Amino acid sequence: MSNIISVRRRRLILGVGASAGSLLLGGCDRLSNLPLTQSALSSAQWLTRAAQRTLVSRDALAPQFTRADIAPVFRANGTTDPNNPEYQALAKNGFRDWRLRVDGLVERSRQFSLDDIRSMPAQTQITRHDCVEGWSCIGQWTGPLLRDILAQVVPKPQARYVMFFCADPMDNGSDYYYESIDMRTAAHPQTLLAYALNGETLPVTYGAPLRLRLGRQLGYKMAKYVMHIQLVSSYKPFGQGNGGYWEDQGYTWYAGI
Amino acid sequence: MRTDAEHEMATPPLAAADRATQGPAVPSRRRLFVYRHTIAVRILHWVNFLTLTIMLMSGLQIFNARPDLYWGATSHFSHPVLSMVAMQDGQGHTWGVTTVGSHSFVTTGLFGWSKGGDGTYTERGFPRWATLPSDTWLAMGRLWHLFFAWILVINGALYVLWGLASGHLRRDLWLSRTDWRRLGHTFVEHLRLRFPKGEEARRYNGIQKLAYLFVVFIVGPLIVLTGLTMSPTMDAGFPWLLWLFDGRQSARTIHFICAMTLLSFFVVHILMVVVSGLWNNIRSMITGRYAIEATPTAMESNHE
Repeated sequence: MSNIISVRRRRLILGVGASAGSLLLGGCDRLSNLPLTQSALSSAQWLTRAAQRTLVSRDALAPQFTRADIAPVFRANGTTDPNNPEYQALAKNGFRDWRLRVDGLVERSRQFSLDDIRSMPAQTQITRHDCVEGWSCIGQWTGPLLRDILAQVVPKPQARYVMFFCADPMDNGSDYYYESIDMRTAAHPQTLLAYALNGETLPVTYGAPLRLRLGRQLGYKMAKYVMHIQLVSSYKPFGQGNGGYWEDQGYTWYAGI
Repeated sequence: MRTDAEHEMATPPLAAADRATQGPAVPSRRRLFVYRHTIAVRILHWVNFLTLTIMLMSGLQIFNARPDLYWGATSHFSHPVLSMVAMQDGQGHTWGVTTVGSHSFVTTGLFGWSKGGDGTYTERGFPRWATLPSDTWLAMGRLWHLFFAWILVINGALYVLWGLASGHLRRDLWLSRTDWRRLGHTFVEHLRLRFPKGEEARRYNGIQKLAYLFVVFIVGPLIVLTGLTMSPTMDAGFPWLLWLFDGRQSARTIHFICAMTLLSFFVVHILMVVVSGLWNNIRSMITGRYAIEATPTAMESNHE
């Protein structure tokens, strides 16, 4: 008798366990599709950001490597050749007609030619590039610090974010790649606008003529093919309001982890 | 007719012990309830179970975005430590192939090449049923993972703090001299699937204690630290993490090994729960009450 009961009980427990399991799994899939779940889970990024701001000092440097560590083939991700006639025309001409517009909440907006940017004091860093997919590559990047460029346009006190608008069309041309970082990241001593990779002029594959390099965030923050920099008080008015192309696809704005 | 067990279940914990002494005459069927798991352990246990399940499955989703592991600072794409890919043979047939070091295995249906949401085969590391979400969706996997990482760390910290303050760690998990001495014996007994009974079953045995200590104090911290080493911001603030784990990609590999270790722990844990008394174990982790055979010594110590 007790055996029968224990068999029944066992079946009951296993049944309950199995249904709970499948409910949990199915439930998690269904939950994943709810905007409420997404925004609730996504809110953890602000806790992570606050914790990392507390633990890691403002100017702490990403580790630097040696020439021997440079990846023989740096992996190219995202757009590798923008399908944009205007961009292609600029590229054909060696970007001589390319201009970087820097405007928004600044005292004096201005345009930079590639020569203007190349004539500025440049930093060369051998740093690790971490993709959100999980891989890392080490490369040597050269270019002026973003903060030196911003110093030339003089940000207004209301400026909180730096927006980067890019030449690569996404989703068959319905929008363009864009990104945003905060002023703190913009002022970091390893945040640069790179025009060279491994000592060579930055190839189109890696974002020619100019791409953003950040020492302490993931690759998708590092906009390639930068055409226009705008200082803003909020990134909400742009794209779908999440601060960047991949952020609009559900990736977190804070990509320090 | 009601069984012993049922009869006792219906009575409150303290009365149950008394009842056991007046129970049916068959000595071997006498059972005594001991209060095994405190409410704190029970809550932390189930939160941990839920959290680890979500962490594991969302972690596999993240792994699938790049179903390779490497050693060192960076990804040496031609020399992965482990990889799960789909490969086509000369006849145009596709196979899932898992490579560990220099050994390759066909893992069609499981790793590298398995059914997608529409039922057709697709290239993916771990199969749908193992990942959260089921479909390939890295952004969502990261949202689950990096939210529940906080729950895991908070829950783990609460467990350790409470365990230290209440004496649970010292009293229940720290190995006594007897535990160490009897370790070999306990191990052999485990292999024979013979488990401590009566008075012996009141406490965790040496192997149990070692397993829990290993998970709580070695694998747990290791999986958190290797997780943090993958954060580029943490690497700037704490470069010694990279030194400790020999680079970011090594940290990712160790993180994966820790996850698989926890999964193995979980499998063995479930196995032990089933073979050493499924209902008794589950009840004790829900209500706190654990039944042991009422040997004379067991009853005596209960009436102290």
